[in-house]
Amino acid sequence: MMNQQSESNGPIVAAMLAAGIGSFVLGLMICLAEGSKAIGSMLNFYGPVGPLSGKTIVAIVAWLVAWAVLASKWKDKSADFAKIYNVTIILLILGLLGSFPLFFDLF
Amino acid sequence: MELTAREMWAVIHGMVLGSLFLLAYAGGLAELINLGSEWATETGIAKRVRRLIMGTWVMAVVAWLTVITGTWIVYPWYRATPPAGADLHMYPKGLLVSKVTTAGWHNFGMEWKEHVAWLAPILATAVAYMVTRYGARLAKDKQLHSAVIVLFSVAFFAAAVAGLFGAFINKAAPIH
Repeated sequence: MMNQQSESNGPIVAAMLAAGIGSFVLGLMICLAEGSKAIGSMLNFYGPVGPLSGKTIVAIVAWLVAWAVLASKWKDKSADFAKIYNVTIILLILGLLGSFPLFFDLF
Repeated sequence: MELTAREMWAVIHGMVLGSLFLLAYAGGLAELINLGSEWATETGIAKRVRRLIMGTWVMAVVAWLTVITGTWIVYPWYRATPPAGADLHMYPKGLLVSKVTTAGWHNFGMEWKEHVAWLAPILATAVAYMVTRYGARLAKDKQLHSAVIVLFSVAFFAAAVAGLFGAFINKAAPIH
């Protein structure tokens, strides 16, 4: 997927894919918290905010870690933009789906 | 002409920050679309890119401030559990779910809003970074250009859902 090029697009695709990963993790956390009381309680990092505190903090951490790892891995490289864009869109759609009440209420 | 501290935070969260993000999107989108125009000159593109970099970072910062104030300041007041016999007008979630006719505002509207809103700052930050990093090259790279527009628009969609339901919910059960 990656190759060396003089004008690398690695940092751009790293930022794009990391945003997709962060969105997906948010959707996943919402569904997990909805499906399991134990996970919902674990994600209750701050009482007044409830499980939303944990869902969002975990998603933000996942997004930042993914961005840092991908950016350092793809720093001077170029990627197949179309392929990574498609993966990002799929992750985004899953993230949007996971945050939709009629979907996450199924769990 | 008075506002309580809670009402003031609700105004800052929704009417100031939220509206600023939604309004900025229209300007940002116009700049982004025109960036790829075949009529754009080198000088024109350079000016547009400078405005775009500034605008997308402002949007990203505003999006972060909106979700942080919403989740960590206003939301705890919204979802606080009312003690027995309490006046439900001081407990918006309790007020909404107390009636079948208004429960949907919480069970669907608030549940969607509180979650989907967090996609906006993540995507807005990615867009701001991509615009900053690629600059004028965005005008020539059609694939990247359209990808940025799509991510930018999804960020707007997430913020618009949150903003719209926020306005309706605040009408049905305001924070006092």
